[in-house]
Amino acid sequence: MATALSGQAHADTVRIGVASNFAEPMQALAEVFAAGTGHTVIVSTGSTGRLYAQIVNGAPFDAFLAADTVRPARLVEDGLAVADSVQTYAIGRLALMDLADATAGTPSPLQRLQAGDYRRLALANPDLAPYGAAAHQVLAHLELQTASASRQVFGENIGQTYAFVATGNADLGFVALSQIRHPGSAPSGRHDLVPDDWHDPIRQDAVLLLRGAGNEAARAFLDFLASPEARDIIAAHGYEAPE
Amino acid sequence: MSESLPAILLTVQLALVTTLILFVIGTPLAWWLATTRTRFKPVIEAVTALPLVLPPTVIGFYLLILFNPGSAIGGLWVRLTGDTLAFSFSGLVIASVIYSLPFMVQPLQTAFERVGRGPLDAAASLGASPLDAFISVVIPLSLRGFITAGVLSFIHTVGEFGVVLMVGGNIPGRTRVVSIALYDHVETLDYAAAHALALGLVAASLSVLVAVFLINRRYPVHAG
Repeated sequence: MATALSGQAHADTVRIGVASNFAEPMQALAEVFAAGTGHTVIVSTGSTGRLYAQIVNGAPFDAFLAADTVRPARLVEDGLAVADSVQTYAIGRLALMDLADATAGTPSPLQRLQAGDYRRLALANPDLAPYGAAAHQVLAHLELQTASASRQVFGENIGQTYAFVATGNADLGFVALSQIRHPGSAPSGRHDLVPDDWHDPIRQDAVLLLRGAGNEAARAFLDFLASPEARDIIAAHGYEAPE
Repeated sequence: MSESLPAILLTVQLALVTTLILFVIGTPLAWWLATTRTRFKPVIEAVTALPLVLPPTVIGFYLLILFNPGSAIGGLWVRLTGDTLAFSFSGLVIASVIYSLPFMVQPLQTAFERVGRGPLDAAASLGASPLDAFISVVIPLSLRGFITAGVLSFIHTVGEFGVVLMVGGNIPGRTRVVSIALYDHVETLDYAAAHALALGLVAASLSVLVAVFLINRRYPVHAG
């Protein structure tokens, strides 16, 4: 790290607001980026909606990695972000998870969902969280919306939804594949990857904020996000990297 | 506002049930704390006061683990009722009782300590049973403490957010209380609905607190 720093003519600092679900891969990305460029990356995580509200109210971020496409687009409309800088950096994958023993040979999570064989189905609040909206679309696709309605419980975000399932309070739940790939996640349980043509893609967009428009390190980081090296890291964390 | 009605009714119902249960649990606990001479008293007092200082996320996280149908308590509840404690009204009541416990116990304990054992002993010497003496002597003398404790427990339960967020599951009519509905309105940028609920909460809390202070003036502390 010291050699990388000393090899740089001028090292800048880039402050990035990152959606909580992307905190893990972001840490890996920031380390690789910092080692390669000598720039310093300061990461603040939070929900996309809260980060958006903070940016509108003057939070000192140079770039914003959101969990949806709506908030970056709105920041461009608000005149707070650079219009042509919007890029999709990751596409989330939805998984249906339960805590059953993977070797037991019992019906899979998707089979249980379709058979109605569960007590509580956890999903993220569809009004607040992109993964919740996607889960809603899956239920509509399977025509299970009515059958499951009275047994749905909502997490305010995908992290809380995962906690409902991981603690056993909900016996079935729509979570993010990236959470299952998370090194610290529950040791037990199993999941079915939900086919991605059952819902709209869960695209996560990044945008360069006006405050960072003149920051070389911020531009460099957004370029780095689209590099093959970054895509490998993103894919290893359970996301699809966009083409 | 009409779409907020189920959340408002649910919140009032939750706060009422919680306050009633807290009167039943809190009164003997506060009396014991006010009169005991055990050296463990500071420990029990600290445990009772813990919900005041712990972040709601800590309580919510432990309750999630406790409510899990695979655990002893969560499993027993599922066998008895066929429903999970998490995501249910009963679960919210348990969470609220724990969360609001200090708001019941502390005003009562203070009131009981002011009354002291004297009037109770006097009533006993006149042949009253302890329970009899408590109801006819101690409770009237501690009326102000009971009013304060009841109102604070009620209002604190109405204002509860973090614990309900963690164990409630945001189910309309079952666990979506006013504070959760308000949070959803803010997050979905529906500021008009958020304003209506927020203003309603402020107005209700303020008027209840003003009423308490008025009542407190009307019923001054009886000097033991």
